[in-house]
Amino acid sequence: MTSTVADHHHDEVPKGITRWLFTTNHKDIGTLYLWFAFIMFLVGGAMSLIIRTELFQPGLQVVDPHFFNQMTTVHALVMVFGAVMPGFVGFANWMIPMMIGAPDMALPRLNNWSFWLLPPAALLLIISLFVPGGGPAAGWTLYPPLSSQGGMGVDFTIFTVHLLGMSSILGSINIIATILNMRAPGMTLMKMPLFVWTWLITAFLLLAAIPVFAGAVTMLLTDRHFGTAFFDPAGGGDPVLFQHIFWFFGHPEVYILILPAFGIISQVIPTFSRKPLFGYTSMVFASVGIAFLSFIVWAHHMYTVGMPLSGELFFMYATMLIAIPTGVKIFNWLATMWRGSMTFETPMLYAIACVALFTVGGLTGLTMSITPADFQYHDTYYIVAHFHYTIFAGSVLGMLAGVYYWLPKWTGHMYDETLGKWHFWLTVIGFNITFFPQHFLGLAGMPRRIPDYALQFADFNQVSTIGAFIMGFAQLILLVVVVKAIRGGKEASSEVWENPEGLEWTVPSPPPYHTFATPPQVR
Amino acid sequence: MKQSSRQTRNRRLAGWLSLWVVGMFGFGYALVPLYNIFCEITGLNGKSATLSEASAAPLEVDKSRVVTVEFAVNVSGIPWQVDRPETVRLRVHPGEPVTVRYSAHSLTDSLTAGQAIPSISPARAARHFRKTECFCFTRQELQARESRMMPVTFVVDPALPDEVKTITLSYAVYPAPDVKLTSS
Ligand code: HEM
Ligand SMILES: [Cu+2]
Repeated sequence: MTSTVADHHHDEVPKGITRWLFTTNHKDIGTLYLWFAFIMFLVGGAMSLIIRTELFQPGLQVVDPHFFNQMTTVHALVMVFGAVMPGFVGFANWMIPMMIGAPDMALPRLNNWSFWLLPPAALLLIISLFVPGGGPAAGWTLYPPLSSQGGMGVDFTIFTVHLLGMSSILGSINIIATILNMRAPGMTLMKMPLFVWTWLITAFLLLAAIPVFAGAVTMLLTDRHFGTAFFDPAGGGDPVLFQHIFWFFGHPEVYILILPAFGIISQVIPTFSRKPLFGYTSMVFASVGIAFLSFIVWAHHMYTVGMPLSGELFFMYATMLIAIPTGVKIFNWLATMWRGSMTFETPMLYAIACVALFTVGGLTGLTMSITPADFQYHDTYYIVAHFHYTIFAGSVLGMLAGVYYWLPKWTGHMYDETLGKWHFWLTVIGFNITFFPQHFLGLAGMPRRIPDYALQFADFNQVSTIGAFIMGFAQLILLVVVVKAIRGGKEASSEVWENPEGLEWTVPSPPPYHTFATPPQVR
Repeated sequence: MKQSSRQTRNRRLAGWLSLWVVGMFGFGYALVPLYNIFCEITGLNGKSATLSEASAAPLEVDKSRVVTVEFAVNVSGIPWQVDRPETVRLRVHPGEPVTVRYSAHSLTDSLTAGQAIPSISPARAARHFRKTECFCFTRQELQARESRMMPVTFVVDPALPDEVKTITLSYAVYPAPDVKLTSS
């Protein structure tokens, strides 16, 4: 499909700390993003283990309830905004220019800024835990009146959101400009790898959703300190209004978290099935469809606030509609594997687990989209199970598939397949032990975000905590795998896998510091 | 392709996208008035429309029908005692203006200001519950230990759907937010 030359002229890599501080190179910035995301993943993971330790038994043992609430809140914020979103931006930085035959991102200096906004933001959020009154404790959704009453930590969180939002917006602008303006000759839109497509759509979602969220937290800030009353009924405001604005952002946000993962596994599955992706065009349209629908379903998070019947029905049907394009994607992946010559290297294992387990999350989503049923599920552990099956099994496993798939390309060395498989099985088994029982807990009525619970929930909670520790510590294997691959190992060829598709496999592994200075010709 | 022309195109696109971002930020704020208008039109969230003069024109009294109106109040964050009217449930004819009095009593030795926020349930009755005079229209100030009767005059619109037999008028009284006291 492609014919290219990688060029090797003046391949000088700057040295020292300034290389990383001032870099405008898409590969360096991608690496920074990925490490940042991984550190946040471990920090957020540690917080989740505090949560699970407290929940190992009924009663209050380890932390006090206020700190527990801070942990649920900050864990979610760190994972969503610190680990998953930056992780995918890291992939975008590394892979998009190489996949479309561009020498770099469209706006390299802006790119540097997008990254370097992240560490201060993360620091602010962590510091918030140590200020008087503690960190945010109102849940990651920051609902008032709780969030308008919290201490200084809430203000820190608001500024964190501003910084992270700014970073995402700058990153998205860059990604859109890169994809629309920097493609190699012959790389038409409908020839782009699916990962590039899903990121293009994600970037547009980010540009539409993040500013609204920034507005919502700004209103919260002025309510707290400057006498406005957007969400304060005493001044004529309404706390439910915050929920509407938040979820107008919040639902597109969940697709921001999943679409890039869909993109990654759409690259991985064809490679290890040794067949082209089934239904490329329908994949593109399904992604666009999901993106549009995601803006008209937000109130499915608010079925219990007292909407009129017509509203409940509208949001119920609209939500159910999303299952259709999502289903199209699942069937396309299955059809890609169908009668393929499949092999099961670690990336493929992750991709298959991602499809299978995400489907569980999609199904629970469908049950919750049914308004009357959701009155039972709302704010119980059932929701917690649902969004971990979508975000962990969908987004994170998808991302891990990508890590193993491209690690040899990035480092030039094959990773340790045995360790990779250990990582995979421990993660996936640990994950299911942790989260599957939470469905039962939720159906039996255990509310989410509580440090203590009724005795009858004890058994499933213990199982869940054991699973969490297995899954948590398994992530250290990933660290070992990555460090080993950076240090050395079997040399990886340009192609790494058997006849993979895409321009990134036409350059050596590791790729030279500058790739595609002269654009390849795509036929 | 020439390097410089590509750079201009990138910058121009970035400019347009930034404009779009600013627009979406504004849209977030635009949701506030949109939401309020939507709630007022539909009467959602128990927001009863404040009456304009025109709609305050006398309505025909429907003697054949009786609706029960219940009164409730709760106070939060302000040292006041607010009591609901003597008759907690009142049977009224649609179209007939009725006045009831809440009473407020300050429990502190200084001047305080409060704001009452009304709410009507069921929500679909909100549009048909018209207040022509209400202590909730403005914020209320109480001198030290002062007691005061606080009247509300309302009329139930005869267009109230038939299946609504009972309407509850509930006030939440808060400290008036961040306003300077007019007298001291
Ligand atoms: C088939 C598609 C999906 C459907 C029909 C669906 C439906 C729902 C519904 C109805 C709720 C609200 C439940 C409640 O609060 O009572 C919910 C919550 C949630 N969903 Fe999904 N969902 C789907 C996919 C996803 C995906 C792909 C993600 C993320 C990657 C996701 C993440 C979440 C999160 C984080 C929450 C909980 C938010 C919170 O209250 O903290 N969902 N989902
Ligand atoms: Cu949603």
